[in-house]
Amino acid sequence: MIREFSSADLMFIVSAVRWTLILSGIAFLGGALGGLAVALARTAQGRLRRRIAAGFIQVFQGTPLLMQLFLVYFGLAVVGLPIDPLLAAAVALTLHASAYLGEIWRGAIEAVPPGQTEAATALSLSYKDRMRHVVLPQAMRLATAPTVGFLVQLIKGTSLASIIGFTELTRAGQIINNATFKPFLVFGTVAALYFVLCWPLSLLARRMEARMRLAVTR
Amino acid sequence: MYQFNFQPVFGNLDLLLYGAWLTVRLSLMAMVLGLVVSVLGAVAKTSGIRPLRWLTDVYVEVIRNTPFLVQIFFIFFGLPAAGISMSPNTAALVALVVNVGAYGTEIIRAGIESIPRGQIEAGRALGLSPVQIFRHVVMVPALRNIYPSLTSQFIYLMLTSSVVSIISANDLASAGADLNARTFASFEIYLVLTILYFLLALGFSTLFGAIRRVFFTYPASR
Repeated sequence: MIREFSSADLMFIVSAVRWTLILSGIAFLGGALGGLAVALARTAQGRLRRRIAAGFIQVFQGTPLLMQLFLVYFGLAVVGLPIDPLLAAAVALTLHASAYLGEIWRGAIEAVPPGQTEAATALSLSYKDRMRHVVLPQAMRLATAPTVGFLVQLIKGTSLASIIGFTELTRAGQIINNATFKPFLVFGTVAALYFVLCWPLSLLARRMEARMRLAVTR
Repeated sequence: MYQFNFQPVFGNLDLLLYGAWLTVRLSLMAMVLGLVVSVLGAVAKTSGIRPLRWLTDVYVEVIRNTPFLVQIFFIFFGLPAAGISMSPNTAALVALVVNVGAYGTEIIRAGIESIPRGQIEAGRALGLSPVQIFRHVVMVPALRNIYPSLTSQFIYLMLTSSVVSIISANDLASAGADLNARTFASFEIYLVLTILYFLLALGFSTLFGAIRRVFFTYPASR
């Protein structure tokens, strides 16, 4: 049965934005924790830890997010967990975000002048204090712009969760399109909603980057 | 306990390898056409013609702030409603070119703007024609400056191209999906697919490194 596109359909699509935001939020928080661990391992003294972190980053940046999603989705059965689209999407996107944020933050940590670490060591600060009070606060300033930029990529990435059956914005659009068959209108609306989510973040990232560049050249 | 069964994968490895070849071909075509779109976009964006610049801005911002999956749905399902129908394979190529063109436009614009004005003036002083200046003084050094970002964008494009399997265009991911529908050895199939994509990414990265060494290194002495 094909029916007309009504305001209820529009509301269904708009309210699915909630799930896109929730999934993005989970992945970003999980990715921030994972990314910090990856970045610290990547810049650690021990060679083994550095290698493992580098391998993790290379694998997740060198394979499609879609394959990562499928692998986690079907992998849940392998480790004996119930196959749940939200769980699979959250785990896959968290791992994905950990790799990308880990690489971004590694760059930021390495960009902090080595004199800072040396000074902290000379003051006999422990590794934890050195990172927490000296290196990371400075690295954070450098990392904010690319981190916000990655958030845009992550929000767009959550659209792939629709393929393993999680009803977020894109899947909501598909469902309504199947019922009303107004693909131009439906996918146009879905695209406009993503744009509303992502564009302000893109502008923010660009503004931060410009301000950073000014601060560096000064 | 989960029983691994790799037989369906290794028994049909030829199908997957053929799929990998299709992904390579699709990506290469999208890279070449995408580069053309990117150069045109960058020229439009740095040109003094205001409506042209404005249009390019809209194109770049819209594409960069919406997911590729939604773009391909819009092109494959939405455009036929406006009278433009395409086969899945054509729609896949068009969507990839449109997508990578937007990112490429920004990258190449940054490259063009990295060329100091004095260099262009020097080209003019040497009596080069505007076309010669654009090609030898602006484009080649600009491409050299942005080569790393452009090629990593291209590798990202190859990885993104796996999404075209959703509209049943032919590529590595859709070869895997077909095999999955016949054998249900899902985890094993996607594990091997992921490894194949990883190898493709390594292959492209090696290829781009070789191209860089041949075309974009300064002669040591002349």
